[in-house]
Amino acid sequence: MALPPPDPQFVLRGTSAAVHTLHFNCGGQEPDVPILFSGSENGFIHVWNLKTHRVDTALDGHGRRSVYCVETMGSKDRLLSQGRDQRICLWDLAEGRTSVMDSVFTENVGFCRCSLLKVAQGRWLMAMAAKALEEVQVLELPSKTSVCTLKPEVGAKLGMPMCLKLWQLSGGSQPLLLAGYEDGSVVLWNLSMGKALSQLVCHPEPVMSLDFDSEKAKGISGSSEKVLSIWSLNEQQNLQVYRTHELVNPGISDITIRPDKKILATAGWDHRIRIFGWKKMKPLAVLDFHTAIVHCVSFSDHKNPRERLLAAGSKDHRISVWSIYTQT
Amino acid sequence: LSSIAGGVDCSVSFISYVLGKVCVHGRQKELLSALLPRLTDLTVSDCIWQRICWQLVEGVPDRWMEAVLLGFVQRAPGADVLSRLLGNLVVKNKKAQFVVTQKVLLLQYGHTTAVLQNLLGYLSLDSLRRALLLQVLQELLETWGSSSAVKHSPVEQQLYISKAILICLSHLKEPEIESCRQELLTSLMEGVKCHLDSSLPPIRRLGMIVAESISAKINTEGPVLKFQYEDDDEARELKSLLVQTPPCCAVPGLADDESEKAPPLGLKGNQESPPAAPVVPDEESDAELDSDDDLVPYDMSEDKEVKTKAPVYIRECLEVLTSSEDVDKWEATVKALEGLVRKNPAATREVSVELAKILLHLEEKTCIEGFVELRQRAQVAVLTTDPIPVAKYLTTQFYSLNYSLRQRMDILDVLVLAAQELSHPKSHGKTKHSGAQNPRVQLLPASGSSKNWRRIVDERIKSKTRRFATGQSQVEPVSAPNEFNSVAGHFFFPLIQNFDRPLTTFDLLGEDHFVLGRLVHTLAVLMYLAVNTVAVTAMGKALLEFVWALRFHTDSYVRQGLLSCVSSILLSVPAERLLEDVTEELLETRCWLRDVVEKDPDADCRRLALQNLMLMENLKKKLAADPS
Repeated sequence: MALPPPDPQFVLRGTSAAVHTLHFNCGGQEPDVPILFSGSENGFIHVWNLKTHRVDTALDGHGRRSVYCVETMGSKDRLLSQGRDQRICLWDLAEGRTSVMDSVFTENVGFCRCSLLKVAQGRWLMAMAAKALEEVQVLELPSKTSVCTLKPEVGAKLGMPMCLKLWQLSGGSQPLLLAGYEDGSVVLWNLSMGKALSQLVCHPEPVMSLDFDSEKAKGISGSSEKVLSIWSLNEQQNLQVYRTHELVNPGISDITIRPDKKILATAGWDHRIRIFGWKKMKPLAVLDFHTAIVHCVSFSDHKNPRERLLAAGSKDHRISVWSIYTQT
Repeated sequence: LSSIAGGVDCSVSFISYVLGKVCVHGRQKELLSALLPRLTDLTVSDCIWQRICWQLVEGVPDRWMEAVLLGFVQRAPGADVLSRLLGNLVVKNKKAQFVVTQKVLLLQYGHTTAVLQNLLGYLSLDSLRRALLLQVLQELLETWGSSSAVKHSPVEQQLYISKAILICLSHLKEPEIESCRQELLTSLMEGVKCHLDSSLPPIRRLGMIVAESISAKINTEGPVLKFQYEDDDEARELKSLLVQTPPCCAVPGLADDESEKAPPLGLKGNQESPPAAPVVPDEESDAELDSDDDLVPYDMSEDKEVKTKAPVYIRECLEVLTSSEDVDKWEATVKALEGLVRKNPAATREVSVELAKILLHLEEKTCIEGFVELRQRAQVAVLTTDPIPVAKYLTTQFYSLNYSLRQRMDILDVLVLAAQELSHPKSHGKTKHSGAQNPRVQLLPASGSSKNWRRIVDERIKSKTRRFATGQSQVEPVSAPNEFNSVAGHFFFPLIQNFDRPLTTFDLLGEDHFVLGRLVHTLAVLMYLAVNTVAVTAMGKALLEFVWALRFHTDSYVRQGLLSCVSSILLSVPAERLLEDVTEELLETRCWLRDVVEKDPDADCRRLALQNLMLMENLKKKLAADPS
């Protein structure tokens, strides 16, 4: 007899706008407080204190245009945020400051979240959608020098890049980029040569979100239809469809795999969060709390497995935080 | 013949005379059935026999030429045989030419397709005769394209001419098409226009098929004309005429030629293999420890498809339909509306006219399946729940400015369906009339043919005329009060009132004769459904006067409608009332019916008029037999 799904551990209210992006930063030692960053449609980035469940700071750096990506760079004092004002801002939050150190003008009016990868101490690679329609540009941060521009070949008709993921097999190896496009295909790019290694048509509709497990060389992507597509990368760096999973209601806005690669969470347009086992895509739970589209899901990076959390941000202005499957 | 074969010298002209005389007297079947096969065999390879045959036929005097020629054309097994037998008769003999090119094709229309094939094939087989073929084609196209011919000639003749055109087209070669491309195009344009204007569906379809074929011939590389029509046996047969089987086939049974369609459909074979061939997931070896087993799933039974909820209150529906931006909700409302209206009659009555107004103007916002039907059913539901005000509204709107023809016809359809629903008892059983069968009356299709109603009236007539034979063998059906009784007048009289007042956008007596035809058919149905109601005599009288005013209308669809009206009147109004109150109109109508039976070009009109006359006779007999 299966248990009914759990309730959220707590719910964060106070953004007064749809929540588009979430990022945990809980790895710090005492006296560092576990923090959740959230970006909203009204341009604010809220810094939530997960002990008091209140907003510590609100950052306003995107001219009241929607913030759709937040990431930390190394520590909780270095924040990167991306907004619809066509800017990517680098924040310095140490010692209570709330200033924008630097910004990159992307000239891109799309919704593609940028992707960060740490390649060396103090050096980051960032992939973002560029000005031209189908291009992805990779910059090195904090120097902001361009590493390469990835252009699909003429006539490929991929459309806009919808979601990006930079990854490398192990520290020091070649960084690679997985990009999901508007025509439903996922492309694996080699950054040093600037060429596409493999392309796979996963969906008939645009790829809304993807995530990749570099250990198992398996990835998952979701789009606006009912099917989740799981694909794998073989030794020749070729993408192949591994299996598909059909959902009850169409539309996925975000997918994320937990850092321990055991489970993954999807944020759906039907207001529900679904949890699956990563190994065999076994459906584990359907969390039905929100009353509007869930825009983003994120797993925390707690060092102690028991404290791990899952957060989901929705159009109904709430952030629900769940503690689920923390025993494994 | 055997004597000629024997080499005996005899006068061929004598035989020609005999042939001609026999044919004229109508004996061509017997004579030619013996003569022709032998001639066919003999002329297959023997040139001399061919010449003899030609001389034979040429020698027939002009006054008997037609009979002989017709006999040959009808009995020859193929165009090539005809060519061998007749030679260039049509070129040499004026009368023969007249018969072949004008009389058979344009003035008569009773011949079969095989005859047409023979004739036109014969014309195409020799270069001297091909000029005649082109000429024939042009004349056929002229007739096909003339609007008065389309309006006044019977459907069978139009079918015949269309077949002839298609066969001609099939024989034409490229250079010939090149030379007359311009004329083909002009006649195509004119012809299509008159055909599509017609109110009769068969004529529209004929026009479409011929136009498609012509355009396919003249524009072989560019985009061709393509119409949407019902592809039934007749259409397929017509299209098969475009392809000619080579004459070496044993029997050119071209009517069976349905499988050959030019151009052959491309094979849909080579499906593009999907760029990602799914790899079969490797079977996990059981030995491998599956840590997923540690994760126990939660109860997911609540996880169902998300459906937008439809509103539950009528007033809410009104709001959603007029002003809502939420398309999901709008869709759900449209689907749920009919059910809600029927479940909440009191609430509907409060807002009935508003709801009717919204539904009449409702346009398809999103792509719902069966939108037209959903809307119509909702309208019928509203009308049956609150008949009098809504009928008043609808009938006034029918005659108002700025409605499209589609909307006006919708109004008529809805009135008929609602009347039908109101007049049938709720138990959905058989009819209230003892002994008569109730033919199933279905939802009128959107294209609104009057075939259903004619069939019903016909069956009813049949049942009435044979009444003495069938006894009361069926169980009496459950009777319920006829709800149409109190509202029949409200449906009927406003529709009939304003038909002769033209508005700027709507002129029933002028261009919009298609709507007039539908209106007339609607009135016939309403009349039929009003049987046993109180107002039926008044309705009958008004309707007869209406019919009288329109009886010479040029559109045959309208005339058919008028005749159905008369049938309905005769069937619905009780006989005594007819003879007492409506006598003069009845007598005048009878004179008109007799005229129609004799002179009307349309076969359906004639048949309906005949039935009406029979009904009248039956009425008279019945009253005469009635001792009271």
